[in-house]
Amino acid sequence: MQHQMEDFIRALRAADVRVSPVESIDAHEAVARIGYSDRELLKDALCATLAKSEDEVARFDRAFDAFFARDPFDFATPPPPPEGGEAAPPEAKLEDVSEEAAGSELAQIILAGDSTALTQAMERAAQAAQVSEIRLSTQKSRLTRRLLDEMGVAEIEKIISQARRLEGEGGNALADRLEAGRKIVAAEAQRYVQRQHDLYAAESGRQLREELLARKALNAEGGIDPVDLQVMQALVRKMAKRLADRYSRRRNRARKGHLDVRRTLRQSMAYGGVPFNVVWKTERVDKPKIIAICDVSKSVAAAAQFLLTFLYSLNEVVDRMDAYAFSGRMIPVNQILDEHGVDKAILEVLKLIGFQQTDYGRALQDFAENHLDKLDRHTTVIFLGDARSNYADPRLDIMRTIHERSRSVIWLNPEPESYWNQGDSVMNRYLPFCHLAKTCNTLDQLERIIEDVLRQYVPH
Amino acid sequence: MTILAQAANASPPADSFASVDALVQGLAGVGYIASRRIATALYMSVHLQKPILVEGVAGVGKTELALSTATLLGLPLIRMQCYEGLDESKALYEWKYGKQLLYTQILKDRMGAELADAAGMDEAMERLHGMGDMFFSEPFLEPRPLMKALREDDGCVLLIDEIDKSDEAFEAFLLEVLSAYQASVPELGVIKAKTPPIVFLTSNNVRDLGDALKRRCLHLHIPLPEASLERRIVASRVPNIEERLTHQLVGFVHALREIDLRKSPSISETVDWARALILMHADSLDAAMVRDTLNVILKYEQDIAMVEPQVSELLRTAQTTP
Repeated sequence: MQHQMEDFIRALRAADVRVSPVESIDAHEAVARIGYSDRELLKDALCATLAKSEDEVARFDRAFDAFFARDPFDFATPPPPPEGGEAAPPEAKLEDVSEEAAGSELAQIILAGDSTALTQAMERAAQAAQVSEIRLSTQKSRLTRRLLDEMGVAEIEKIISQARRLEGEGGNALADRLEAGRKIVAAEAQRYVQRQHDLYAAESGRQLREELLARKALNAEGGIDPVDLQVMQALVRKMAKRLADRYSRRRNRARKGHLDVRRTLRQSMAYGGVPFNVVWKTERVDKPKIIAICDVSKSVAAAAQFLLTFLYSLNEVVDRMDAYAFSGRMIPVNQILDEHGVDKAILEVLKLIGFQQTDYGRALQDFAENHLDKLDRHTTVIFLGDARSNYADPRLDIMRTIHERSRSVIWLNPEPESYWNQGDSVMNRYLPFCHLAKTCNTLDQLERIIEDVLRQYVPH
Repeated sequence: MTILAQAANASPPADSFASVDALVQGLAGVGYIASRRIATALYMSVHLQKPILVEGVAGVGKTELALSTATLLGLPLIRMQCYEGLDESKALYEWKYGKQLLYTQILKDRMGAELADAAGMDEAMERLHGMGDMFFSEPFLEPRPLMKALREDDGCVLLIDEIDKSDEAFEAFLLEVLSAYQASVPELGVIKAKTPPIVFLTSNNVRDLGDALKRRCLHLHIPLPEASLERRIVASRVPNIEERLTHQLVGFVHALREIDLRKSPSISETVDWARALILMHADSLDAAMVRDTLNVILKYEQDIAMVEPQVSELLRTAQTTP
């Protein structure tokens, strides 16, 4: 059973439930106490020791049900003895075939129709064939074959052919039954391997795909495959949550090491002026305030969806964020992001102002006219866009104002640096007014940069 | 801060923890209707001597579980409410400054007499060292909840409520207490619990807790209950309620939970509502009655405004739920 627990924990890890060694010791102790007899009890006990959040509980339940699903083998009942006694010759015995045949465990199991024994035999063979090491779906057929080999199917085939050569009808009858049994075993083996694949490998395939997607260029030719879209959106949400988790914690007061004389004196009154409680000066850590401005015009069409998804996720987790989107004109999109689900919100924004001619100057002017009061020295402004302004006036004067009034300005450009300032890009003219300007065209980069932003450019 | 729970009734506590079923019954005996998963987690926590981290939306009975366990075991309950800025001196111990001050004054007064006949400075110093230092000693220690829990020799139930509201630094500080059931006071040394307390931590998920803390705890997520379980809870909490009313009420609350509300009603709201209806001598639900008492189950103006027009319809669906 030790082995089973280890496999189960591995299956859990594959299902994205993090299990540390301490927790697996806990799980073993729990099992030692309650035993394996009561399935529900086992499940609840393991759940308490291994799954540590609501999501993990859901994943744990799924993994547990899949792992401990031991649907019994559907062993066809041995073919009914042919009716009308005299016509049926007595079936040949294994011993009649050969000595090896008599010793074949699998043949005996098949003839006895003993499904429990077969389950056990398969578990043993699976361990020998290391089926649970499966990683890729292409390994399935090879592992099935190995599993069958370990179980001794080759032997059965030999017995069958020998039985067919036996004198009399009995040999054939035996061969037929063995043949039927062999087919069932083969089917079961296939199912077994499939299940192992679902347990251990299905998730790792997904992880692999996520990793690839995280590095895929957002503005790649032809955009993102619609199949990947869902995965990618989930990925973006996870990223935003991770970032928000990490820095929403920094909200307590920081010790500065300076004596707060006033409060120390005040505290010491109770002790007759003896300063027992020394009070240090503290400072409240500011929550960052972010203004994100996202270009959704034609030139960044492929990336726009993801920038918006990111905006959406960030909006969910950061308290003080104002989001704007523009292509020709600029509009605040906070309300849209708040009111709708992510898919709807993105569609809504794109419907309102998406895919038009970019005009950075016009958009900046809109911002300056209506929202400039949102900027103060605590604000970090993040631009997401390619700075391709269709040769219109880039309105550097407004950019300068934004630069002067905000804590920092960060520009994330989906184009590589060598493209900046080519054609109608005015990136280089905006550069002097940015504290940080970076290429950002994969999710990985996006996360890294935003993390830097939160760490460095946010007031401590 | 110590609440002495009522001594457990007839069944001795040891029996209640013999098996999970016995525990479910024991908890029911003290008025807590637990699902198997809750009981199993509690059972494991007592037998593995691990703290148990209870998560779930507000009002599903996280705190209540700790209270009921204390009652069941007949142990004192020590409760510590967490908040931002909670630190060691409020959670573990504090020195009694006032008394220490008085002590030094007494010491000063007595010092002259004691040292008057000392021949020289060296002898005076020697005598001073020989006098024994009382300044940092147990009598001057003001135990706070965690220390109190460690010093309960017969064990106790320690409830650390809303741990997610405390700071990260405090979370780290808790690790020693939770894994080894000991705390170190620099001036005195390590204080270790004779009988490890049964520790409950509750969290509303205001922020994600650190992995280190989660690893040291068993985890229990209490979801909103199924209708049948909730009916039993209402029946146990509001003893003189009629069965028909319970059915309607729980059905209605479950229908409400299907709607996208700012704050879905949880168990405590259901129970409050049942009590309110009993007070109003209602024996069955009708639309007018529901409208009048909506403010008991819904806590936001927008939610009430949203639900009010749908009351009759919801009542109809409530009738059909099993």
